[in-house]
Amino acid sequence: MKILCAIKRVVDANVNVVVKSDGSGIELTNVKMSVNPFCEIGVEQAIQLKEAGIADEIVAVSVGSAKTQEQIRVCLALGADRGIIVDAPDDLEPLVIAKILKAVYLQEQPQLVIFGKQSIDGDNSQTGQMFAALTNLPQATFASDLKIENNLATVVREVDGGLQTLQVPLPMVLTTDLRLNVPRFASLKNIMMSKRKQIDTISSDDLGVSLERHTETLRVERPPTRTAGIIVDSVDELVSKLRSEAKVLS
Amino acid sequence: MSVLVIADHNNAELKPVTLNTLQAARSIGEEIDVLVAGHECSEVGDSVVKLGVAHKILIAESPSFEHAIAEDIAALVATLAASYQFILTAHTTTGKNFLPRVAALLDVQMISDITEIVAPDTFKRPVYAGNGIATVKSNDATKVISVRGTAFDPITTGSVSTTIETLPDSTFPEPSPTKYLKDELAQSERPELNNAKVVVSGGRGLGSGESFALLEELADALGAAVGASRAAVDAGYVPNDMQVGQTGKIVAPELYIAVGISGAIQHLAGMKDSKVIVAINNDPDAPIFQLADYGLVADLFEVVPEFIRKLKEHA
Repeated sequence: MKILCAIKRVVDANVNVVVKSDGSGIELTNVKMSVNPFCEIGVEQAIQLKEAGIADEIVAVSVGSAKTQEQIRVCLALGADRGIIVDAPDDLEPLVIAKILKAVYLQEQPQLVIFGKQSIDGDNSQTGQMFAALTNLPQATFASDLKIENNLATVVREVDGGLQTLQVPLPMVLTTDLRLNVPRFASLKNIMMSKRKQIDTISSDDLGVSLERHTETLRVERPPTRTAGIIVDSVDELVSKLRSEAKVLS
Repeated sequence: MSVLVIADHNNAELKPVTLNTLQAARSIGEEIDVLVAGHECSEVGDSVVKLGVAHKILIAESPSFEHAIAEDIAALVATLAASYQFILTAHTTTGKNFLPRVAALLDVQMISDITEIVAPDTFKRPVYAGNGIATVKSNDATKVISVRGTAFDPITTGSVSTTIETLPDSTFPEPSPTKYLKDELAQSERPELNNAKVVVSGGRGLGSGESFALLEELADALGAAVGASRAAVDAGYVPNDMQVGQTGKIVAPELYIAVGISGAIQHLAGMKDSKVIVAINNDPDAPIFQLADYGLVADLFEVVPEFIRKLKEHA
């Protein structure tokens, strides 16, 4: 079985994000970039399926500029077998990314396509579901557990009230939630070995997908900031402030 | 401006967040239709009628809609879309699951998790865990939008007379091959985290899952819901459906009490719109104190029991 893992290059989760003062966006110059944490969970899941003898090939794919190599390399060092970069501008919309990945899917014909449940920059939670619709594949989003047997996936999903379990036939789309697994660290040996693994670059022009935007981001502002209130000395003072000042206790 | 709102429900009850979505819908257009897709869900339809805000309710009843399987709901909504300029639902795990599929079927770039409607084609939405607020203009003829419930007040009852249209099952799409097996939903007498007026959340400072009993006691004294930080979930103290934050639930209660939570950015993204924030932490440098209205630097295991006692004394 072949697994396709969709990867996004994003600002590292530990970076303190700064909104540009001219309102044009987020400051990305000289900022550490990483594999989106949810995508990394997806790669780990693929590796575990390969270790369990269920998968035999893992392909990591990303859509973006040449710099995306760094993140695909990380996935190869973790255990993906080869990489694909679809060379395209970095700020494409989820719908366009989903269309591009559909073209890659049709070439690769994987049985399982894994996405992160959301990227930590756009916070949309769209690409996996859009891809599933465009490819007419069934989906299981926000997965916290996955078992595959006889071409059937049993997926536990994180839903608002608790957990939901679905049975989905392959080929299918999975999006990962936090508790699916804890990604491993790449060993030095695997980092060295990954340099010999193949990364193919496809031009988005060759895929026949229009990159035209459907939306415009007019500006990005800082959120209204909250200022620190007061430090109280005791529970008595806290209760009294909540009653008489904040009026949130009866 | 004709707006279709897809109701969030569990076949028995309308989820309160639908009222917030309806408020967003009304600020876009007066003519609102509501789709109730489910199985044996007539009571949900009745409660929408009672609201008196919908022009028309579309009822789609089929066993294949019972568990809101994304493929089935999305295919149904796509068949209805031509009559509407706006398609809205709540940004819940249900909405996030099916609505992007609808958008892709319609070749529309969906706008997720809106917090403000600037103009009928322009919306504000948080990005980067709420560290930026983007203003986004949609050029699609149909706008497909998920709404952050906490950013809109629940709609108040109106006097619109609602017609009910039951969709014939001959129009329903072929059911998807996805099979529902089971739900394991947390059984709790406490209010739902998404809509609670008071939320008490615990972090790694609690030290164990057992210690959450203390927070539950505090929550019960306040009529509150119990939440948790991602650190507490990652440490295995509590299940993920209690997580408040960028990748968990977004809450904005009247009163949010953070206990043993340091205040990582990703947690703050889920609660910083709360009206009043209280932080209890033994580390005076914890970032949570920088946005708390009232901070108490103390050992939570000493002050939380005292807090509970004081609340009970007064009751």
